[in-house]
Amino acid sequence: MAVFRAAGTVPALTGDEGDGRMSELKRTGLYDLHVELGARMVPFAGYEMPVQYPLGVMKEHLHCRAAAGLFDVSHMGQVILRARSGVPADAATALETLVPVDVLGLKEGRQRYGLFTNDAGGIEDDLMIADRGDHLFLVVNAACKEADIAHLRAHLSDICEIEEITDRALLALQGPAAEAVLDGLVPGAAAMRFMDVAVMPSDFGTLWISRSGYTGEDGYEISVENARAVAFARALLAHEVVQPIGLGARDSLRLEAGLCLYGNDIDTTTSPVEAALTWAIQKVRRPGGAREGGFPGADRILPELSQGTTRLRVGLRPEGRAPMRAGTVLYALHEGGAPIGEVTSGAFGPSIGGPMSMGYVASGHAEPGTTIYGEVRGKRLPATVTAMPFRPSTYKR
Amino acid sequence: MKFTEEHEWLRVEDDVVVVGITEHAAEQLGDVVFVDLPEEGTTVSKDDEIVVIESVKAASDILAPVDGEIVEVNEALTDNPALVNEDAQGEAWFFKMKVDDLSALDDLMDEAAYKDFIA
Repeated sequence: MAVFRAAGTVPALTGDEGDGRMSELKRTGLYDLHVELGARMVPFAGYEMPVQYPLGVMKEHLHCRAAAGLFDVSHMGQVILRARSGVPADAATALETLVPVDVLGLKEGRQRYGLFTNDAGGIEDDLMIADRGDHLFLVVNAACKEADIAHLRAHLSDICEIEEITDRALLALQGPAAEAVLDGLVPGAAAMRFMDVAVMPSDFGTLWISRSGYTGEDGYEISVENARAVAFARALLAHEVVQPIGLGARDSLRLEAGLCLYGNDIDTTTSPVEAALTWAIQKVRRPGGAREGGFPGADRILPELSQGTTRLRVGLRPEGRAPMRAGTVLYALHEGGAPIGEVTSGAFGPSIGGPMSMGYVASGHAEPGTTIYGEVRGKRLPATVTAMPFRPSTYKR
Repeated sequence: MKFTEEHEWLRVEDDVVVVGITEHAAEQLGDVVFVDLPEEGTTVSKDDEIVVIESVKAASDILAPVDGEIVEVNEALTDNPALVNEDAQGEAWFFKMKVDDLSALDDLMDEAAYKDFIA
């Protein structure tokens, strides 16, 4: 058997990303705990990360949906932006020059999704932006964090102090049991709503908590001092309902939730409109809004909002059980004709019991219900354009 | 039972050879979610790609271990691919072959040699 004939899988799953040998990779503060828990470690975004634990990808996925999963996401970048003037709005106004997002309108204790755009209207990274009163707290992707911080420093240093937080781990606790577990350790966590952020005292030092995640489940992301991170993780894992979850299940969970993976589904060439992320561009930044434009690539992105784009990111449900993985070429017809697009993420969805993909198609084929074809091993197999998420999300709004 | 370097096992039953993948291979693959089996009656040559296995991680092939004809496929795997993870060297056989020359199996590894091979 030709094991692991890579079929456009997420690099995280095959561990073949990057040029680094394991010995050159960074480790998070939870590395020893992962090994103790029996994780299989792989290189991911410059870190040695757990791709799965003994439970395996499928059961980890289902466990997270049924109870609660604990994820180490300490490889992600945590950044504080603080206005040098002491006026918090100055930091928000400054950040708005880099993202097509209403940052100024974000209320204290709230978080929203954002995108760093480039001059060509593509996406440099996606991120979370939280208003914590006297400063903004950003969480950015691991693979992009050095570039993101350089980008922030290059453009905002006159107005903001930009502090990369390196002495804190970041954990995610996701799933229907997450609320009860975290509230038991950190009373008050249950009162938070989706996209709330809070700084809370605990037995594990001061925690920076947001009610959000990357699974489509209710849950939290929790920043904890490195020195307390292992004790905190153990306290969470002491609950029978909490299992550690690796990158493998993290990928199938986020895909079922219709969430983009930066580098696969969005990149420097995809505009937010092509990526169907227009919901992340609030009215105030759109044509006619009080702070219209003023971000990189606005001259492409704003016209696209009204004129549309030639391609769009869509969800796909292939017929049968064969997954259509990243790189699968898409066609309008069962035979003949030019390609109309390509799959950017594809996997088997354990909770939906079948394969699912997302990708870009020519806009004329983007209507949900449209049948298109993906070429898998030389055969064109039918797939239906489907609204995402593939599985309804369960956020506590 | 005989083993190939491609992590297949072969078991001779009367005049046919039953073929599957080893427990080691199943463990490496992770949860199997899709199996594409050949048509019964297909004539195959050694190293033809005749089965596709998709796991949560990746797609893999099973190559024909020897020349012969596919006489039966395990339809149970189509409905329940997870059987490969549950019982790789038992219930989860993939196909049965009528082999042109059974002596072709003589060159394959026995269980002890395979265990050394994967050690």
